[in-house]
Amino acid sequence: MAEDMPLNLTKGVTEVSGRVYDLHMTIFYICCVIGFIVFGAMFYAIIKHRKSRGAVAANFHESTKIEILWTAIPLVILVGMAIPATSTLIAMENTDDADVTIQVTGSQWKWHYRYFEDDLEYFSVLATPRQQIDNKLEKSENYLLEVDRPLVIPINKKVRFLMTSDDVIHSWWVPEFAVKKDANPGFINEAWTNVPKPGIYRGQCAELCGKDHGFMPIVVIAKEQADYDQWMAEQKAEQAAVAEEEQRLLALQMSEQELMELGEQVYLASCAACHQPNGQGLPGMFPALRGSPMVLEDKVAHIDIVLHGKAGTAMPPFGKQLALKELAAVVTYERNAWGNDTGELIQASDIQSRRNASN
Amino acid sequence: MTESNTTDDQHAGEHEHHGAPKGIMRWVLTTNHKDIGTLYLLFAFAMFLLGGAMAMIIRAELFQPGLQLVEPNFFNQMTTVHGLIMVFGAVMPAFTGLANWMIPMMIGAPDMALPRMNNWSFWILPFAFTMLVASLFMEGGGPNFGWTFYAPLSTTYSPDSTALFVFAVHIMGISSIMGAINVIVTIVNLRAPGMNWMKLPLFVWTWLITAFLLIAVMPVLAGVVTMVLTDKYFGTSFFDAAGGGDPVMFQHIFWFFGHPEVYIMILPSFGIVSAIIPAFARKPLFGYASMVYATASIAGLSFIVWAHHMFTTGMPLFGELFFMYCTMLIAVPTGVKVFNWVATMWRGSMTFEVPMLFALAFVVLFTIGGFSGLMLAITPVDFQYHDTYFVVAHFHYVLVTGAIFSIFAAAYYWLPKWTGHMYHEGLAQAHFWCSLISVNVLFFPMHFLGLAGMPRRIPDYALQFADVNQIVSIGGFAFGVSQFIFLAVIIKAAKGGEKSPAKTWEGAEGLEWDVPSPAPYHTFETPPEIK
Repeated sequence: MAEDMPLNLTKGVTEVSGRVYDLHMTIFYICCVIGFIVFGAMFYAIIKHRKSRGAVAANFHESTKIEILWTAIPLVILVGMAIPATSTLIAMENTDDADVTIQVTGSQWKWHYRYFEDDLEYFSVLATPRQQIDNKLEKSENYLLEVDRPLVIPINKKVRFLMTSDDVIHSWWVPEFAVKKDANPGFINEAWTNVPKPGIYRGQCAELCGKDHGFMPIVVIAKEQADYDQWMAEQKAEQAAVAEEEQRLLALQMSEQELMELGEQVYLASCAACHQPNGQGLPGMFPALRGSPMVLEDKVAHIDIVLHGKAGTAMPPFGKQLALKELAAVVTYERNAWGNDTGELIQASDIQSRRNASN
Repeated sequence: MTESNTTDDQHAGEHEHHGAPKGIMRWVLTTNHKDIGTLYLLFAFAMFLLGGAMAMIIRAELFQPGLQLVEPNFFNQMTTVHGLIMVFGAVMPAFTGLANWMIPMMIGAPDMALPRMNNWSFWILPFAFTMLVASLFMEGGGPNFGWTFYAPLSTTYSPDSTALFVFAVHIMGISSIMGAINVIVTIVNLRAPGMNWMKLPLFVWTWLITAFLLIAVMPVLAGVVTMVLTDKYFGTSFFDAAGGGDPVMFQHIFWFFGHPEVYIMILPSFGIVSAIIPAFARKPLFGYASMVYATASIAGLSFIVWAHHMFTTGMPLFGELFFMYCTMLIAVPTGVKVFNWVATMWRGSMTFEVPMLFALAFVVLFTIGGFSGLMLAITPVDFQYHDTYFVVAHFHYVLVTGAIFSIFAAAYYWLPKWTGHMYHEGLAQAHFWCSLISVNVLFFPMHFLGLAGMPRRIPDYALQFADVNQIVSIGGFAFGVSQFIFLAVIIKAAKGGEKSPAKTWEGAEGLEWDVPSPAPYHTFETPPEIK
C-alpha cells in the first residue's frame, strides 16, 4: 500500500497529462539548476569567507552591471518557461468538437453524472463502509477511493465535461487526466479528456466543500467503444426495469419489517452523515430527526423535504437519487426509529403522490 | 553615527510625568512604543502557541488513516482557526511588534507618531481573538470553511458562529489599518534630520511598503466579510447565483486582498534579513537601491496576480495567461533580493551567531518556497498542484521557514537591545537546530504528498499516503516542542544573564545600536544627527 506512493507527479494517461508532466519536470530541473548555483555560491562563501578562517571582509556593495545581468537572465529563463506553458494551456482549454458530453454536478457529498447524448444519469457516492473509516474494520485496498457507481467513458473519444454544483463549490479532479475544474453553483465550467487506454482512474474532490470533503471520491472507468456501448445498453435496460418496478410498487404494500430494514440501510448510507446514526443531528449544524415535530406530526412536509431538499440549507433533494421504494422506506424508518414511534408506514404510492403534487 | 541622546538622568526632572508607571495599568494605558512593541510580541507568541496547538490536533488526526481523534467538522474548524490565528494573530502582530520597537529607534524618533492610537490598535486585538476562539464553543462550532472562507460554504452553509467570525475579522482589520497608518506617519514625519529616503534602513523601507499594502487591502477584506455577513443574515445575494450573485466573485474579492496579504507577511522579513546578513558578514548590504526597488516592484505586482489562486475556477484563457505571466514576473525581483543577500555574504567575514543562523536558513528555505511558487505559477501544471499538499508545503515554506524564521532571527538579533541581556547561547542554538531539522521533516515530505495526489483539508486519506503522513506528523510534533526552547530562552534573557553592550554585534549598523542596552524607556527625545 504505502510503499506504492509515488514521489512525483503522475505522468497520467492522456496526451495532455503527459505534456503537463513534462512541463512540471522542465521547470523543476530549471529550479534545481538555479538552486544549485545560488546555494552553491552561498555555501562556498559560508565555508571560505568565515571570520574563524581569517577572512577579511571586502567592501564592495553594488555593481550596476551585475544587478542588471541578474535581472535580465531570469527574465529570459521565464520567457523560455512561458512558451511551452502557453501552448499546453491553450490545448487544455480547447473543448471544441467533443464526441461525448457529460454533465458533472457536485453536491454535498456526491457526484451526479448525466450523459448528454444518451438518456442516462445517476449518482456516484463513496463506497467505503463507515466501519472502515471508524477503524472497526480492516481498510480495503482502495480505501476512500471507491464509489458505488463509477463514471464510464469510451476510450479514444474526446469527452467533454460540464461542471456545475447544487450547493457549495466542489472541484472534480482526476490526476491521470490532468483535469481539475471547479464545480460552481449556478455556473457551468468546461473541461475535456481523451483517454487512450482502458482502465480505472481515481481522483477526489479538491475544494473544501464541508465536513465530508475528504469522502467524495471520483472513479472513472474507461472502456473500449464496444464495451462502452454494451455498458450503456445495460444501463438503459436496467433503468427501464427500475421504472417498471416502480410502477408495480405503486400498487404494492410493503410490510413494516421490510420498510424498516431497507429504511435503515438507506438512512445509514444517505442521511446518517449529517443527521447522525442516532437521529440526533449535530446541534447548530444539522437538525435532529429524533423527536422532531415535522417527523412526528407533518407527514407531507417530511416527504417533501426528503424529495426536494430545503433551499438555502445543506439538505439536498433525494427525489432523483433514490428509488421510490427507498424513499418510502427511509421516511418510514425516520418516523419509527429512535423512539419516534408514529407507527405510520409510508408506501411508494404516498411518495409518488407527493411527487405528482409538486410537478 | 551620532552621539546618543538618551540619558534619562539628565532629563529626569522634566519628564517624570511620562516615566514608566508601575503595575498592570502601565501595560493597559501605555503609549510607549517599546511597551506596545513588547505587548504585540508577547501576544503574537501566545497566538503562535495556540495556533500551533491546533496544528498539532490536525497532525495527530492525520497520523493514521481513518478517523480517530476528531470529527471531520471539528477538523475543519481546526484548519480554519489555525490559519486565521497564524496569519492575523501570530505573524502580523509579531511584525507590528517589531515595527513598534525598532522603527522609532532606527529612524531616530522618540516614539511612534500616534501613540494613543498605537495603544488602541494593540488592545483591540485580544478582544478579536477571544471572540474568534470563543466561537469554537458555540452550538454548531466555530468557523469551518477554511481561512479563505469561500462562499457559499461560508454563507448559506456556515454555522451560526459566522457572525462572530466576521466581527473578529473586522476588528483585526481595524487594528492592522491603525498600525499601518501609524507606521507611515512615523516614517514620513519623524525621521531624524539628515535621514533621507535612501539612508532609511531596509527594515523601515519594507515596513513602509507593507503599511501601504495594508491600507490598500484591509478595507477589501472588511468589505468581503461584510458581504458574507449580509448574505448570511440579511438576505442579500452577492455570492448566491440563485439571487443574481456570483460565488466566484467572492474569490476575486478575497484574493485581491489575499495575495497582497501574503506579501504583507513576507516583506518585513526581507528587511530583517537585510539587516542581519550584513551585520554578521561584516560587509555592507549588496545593492541597497535595487533592494528598495525590488521590494516596491514585488508590492506593485502583488496587486495584479490575485487570480493565480483560482485558475481552476474556470477563467477565460486570456485571463489565465495574463495572471500566469504576471505571477512568473514576481520571480525576477525576488531573485534579485536573494542574489543580493548571497553577494552580501560573498567575500565577507562571516560568523554564525543564532540570528545569522536563522537568517541563513531563511534564505535557503524561503528560496525553496519561491521555487515551488514559480512551479505553481505555471497554469497548466497548477491545475494538478492546486488544493493539494504541494500548495500546503509551498506556503508553509514561505510562511514558517520564511516569515516565522525571520521573526526568530529578529528576536535573537534585538533581544539584547530589548532586555539588556544576552540570550543563552546553548539553548538558542538548540532552538535553531531543532527547529531547522523538524520543520523540514514537517514540510518537505508534503511536496511528495501533493504530487502523489493528496488533497488539502481532508481529515482522512487513502492508504498510500499513510507512511509519509506519519513522518510529517512526527516532524510537526518535534517542531511544536522545539518552540518551548524559544520560550525558555526569552524568559531566561528577560530575567538576567550576561550584560549586553550598546552595540551587541560587532558588525551591526544602525541608530538602534547607539542607545544603551536595554534601550531606555525614552530614546531620542532630541533627534540624533545623521551625517
